Amino acid sequence: MTSYIRPLDFRNGRVDLSHGSGGRAMAQLIDELFARHFANEILAEQADGACFALPAGAGRMVMATDSHVVSPLFFPGGDIGALSVHGTINDVAMMGARPLYLSASFILEEGFPLAELLRIVKSMAQAAREAGVAIVTGDTKVVEAGKGDGVFITTTGIGVMPEGVTLGAGRIAVGDRILVSGMLGDHGVAIMSHRENLTFETTIQSDTAALHGLVATMLAAAPELHALRDPTRGGLATVLNEFAKASGHGMLIHEKAIPVRSEVAAACELLGLDPLYVANEGKLVAFCAAPDADALLAAMRAHPLGRDAAIVGEVIADPHAFVQMQTAFGGRRMVDWLTGEQLPRIC
Amino acid sequence: MKYIDEFRDGDLARGLANAIADAADPARGYRLMEFCGGHTHAISRYGLQDLLPANVRMIHGPGCPVCVLPIGRIDSAIALATEHDVILCTYADTLRVPASGGLSLLKAKAQGADIRMVYSCADALRIAQDNPQREVVFFAIGFETTTPPTAAILLQAAQLGLGNFSVLCNHVLTPAAMVHIMESERDPAAVAIDGFVGPAHVSTVIGSAPYEAFVARYRRPVVIAGFEPLDVMQSILMLVRQVNEGRAQVENEFTRAVTREGNRKAQAMCEQVFTLRDSFDWRGLGEVPHSALQIRPEFAQFDAELRYGVGYRQVPDHKACECAAILRGHKQPADCKVFGTVCTPDHPIGACMVSSEGACAAHYTYGRFRLQPE
Repeated sequence: MTSYIRPLDFRNGRVDLSHGSGGRAMAQLIDELFARHFANEILAEQADGACFALPAGAGRMVMATDSHVVSPLFFPGGDIGALSVHGTINDVAMMGARPLYLSASFILEEGFPLAELLRIVKSMAQAAREAGVAIVTGDTKVVEAGKGDGVFITTTGIGVMPEGVTLGAGRIAVGDRILVSGMLGDHGVAIMSHRENLTFETTIQSDTAALHGLVATMLAAAPELHALRDPTRGGLATVLNEFAKASGHGMLIHEKAIPVRSEVAAACELLGLDPLYVANEGKLVAFCAAPDADALLAAMRAHPLGRDAAIVGEVIADPHAFVQMQTAFGGRRMVDWLTGEQLPRIC
Repeated sequence: MKYIDEFRDGDLARGLANAIADAADPARGYRLMEFCGGHTHAISRYGLQDLLPANVRMIHGPGCPVCVLPIGRIDSAIALATEHDVILCTYADTLRVPASGGLSLLKAKAQGADIRMVYSCADALRIAQDNPQREVVFFAIGFETTTPPTAAILLQAAQLGLGNFSVLCNHVLTPAAMVHIMESERDPAAVAIDGFVGPAHVSTVIGSAPYEAFVARYRRPVVIAGFEPLDVMQSILMLVRQVNEGRAQVENEFTRAVTREGNRKAQAMCEQVFTLRDSFDWRGLGEVPHSALQIRPEFAQFDAELRYGVGYRQVPDHKACECAAILRGHKQPADCKVFGTVCTPDHPIGACMVSSEGACAAHYTYGRFRLQPE
């Protein structure tokens, strides 16, 4: 059947208000962009929602949502598209679940170049394909120029919990070992290196990645895995404080054991930032019983996303539930909650 | 990181810790003030207090430019942005400092004021060039370290004949504040400080010579030290030795960056642009004579205070706040009733809690576990 519609101009075209109006232009955007690149059977039904059967034997489900407003939209090692897929998959994975489906909701700003939107959508499609997760439903809205920042993407994920797996702060016990899956701070520094008025040259790339494969490996290797979390905004320090508060136990980490690239350490030094508080998008923090720690570490290091994994500390008895660090220098200090946003210092 | 890791070496630190423990006389105490926020930060961040014997106590001084900036000065900056509709450019440090009426620069920005964070004052000049139809003000704060860059952009603005750019000058002076601390007692000999860890970056500019009159007059040793933790340890050892030997001299640990004369070119630029204020209100210390700079009349058109007729209104510190005593070494953060309860880094009441380099904020953020009963 001939459509008699002029195809969207993905080279020079721009988003306009009609793309969110519910009319023909919106239908065309969905057909030629989203449906085409996210292509899967469920989406092909063209329904208002996604209808799917659960895998046989599925018991508990996990659902997580994440909004993405990163600036700049494209950064070394990734873009907002890949990030929006990885971020939500990781939230599902940190519960111990196997992610199945995603929804994707776009808020587009009038005037946003279709070429950039295409690049973002292709990147999302690729990230989802690589992760084995289908984007099965979505929504598009367009706001007037000046009322958005190009594009915001909200994704929601659904996954199934394997039989017998329960992770969470409630399982963290004194004596547990604290592990991280690799080099910290790459994403935050990669983003900052491309912020307006702060451009500095660096080879650091964002670590954005989907971690559910690594999590599956870890669950198989360490039955006494107690809790997982991805140290995104606020970094390792924030995750440790969240778990300390929720579990009621103290944490002691060892500065020498914490993996940080020298380029990241140098950039943080220059900007007056602390790598412990800098964001990651492809790393996780794990708590497991001490006897399982070595096996867990070995399993993580055998996985491509856990090559630089390390045991960085342990859970200690502390009624105040403080996070402390043994410094490489030989002293001890607290690693506190971040105050406000991490802002660079002048002297 | 080359040239950085060498100054953070744990093995060398242990060696220095042993040397300090050997040198310190167990029969007496050593109360040493690190003047600068940079030193306070290093001491807290590296857990340096753990490496010192119990009778060597570090007192955190007033050398954090954000902490000592009085509320009234922030109020003036906010007024420029809200009432005069200027683009106000500021270093990030000042954004969260609480001002009158529950405001801060960050909150004023959220309410629509055009306040922009810059990494360098040169960025402020560029913003003025890029926005010829707008008035642009740089909110200049800091000790002698950040003063020469401000002087440089004022000279540049004059050369370019920029009509839409000015500076709200709040630059303060280190030696004047040190003198003020010693003069805070009727008898300076009674001041509870045995020696000073002297500023690092400030001294690269002013040199070590300005402290010579200070040690001669007040008989307290000053050891200029770099901001790396080994620098601080080494300077503590040098101070302990001076105290033991009854010496009071200016010694320079930071020889890789500080000379006796300092940076002559930077000094000349500052001299050309700035002149001494009769007095300046410091948060926590109050009025300190001859402790700050103002823009010379020759550059009046670039002086935001004159250009917009900005008045200064003193806002008293919170009654329960012990910052004044803490900054003079009489009290420790935990001695203050509001420390960690009403006054926290998220809701600072006093000067010492305002910036991460302040004595109370550093103690709260890095050292609070030491205060808790087991």
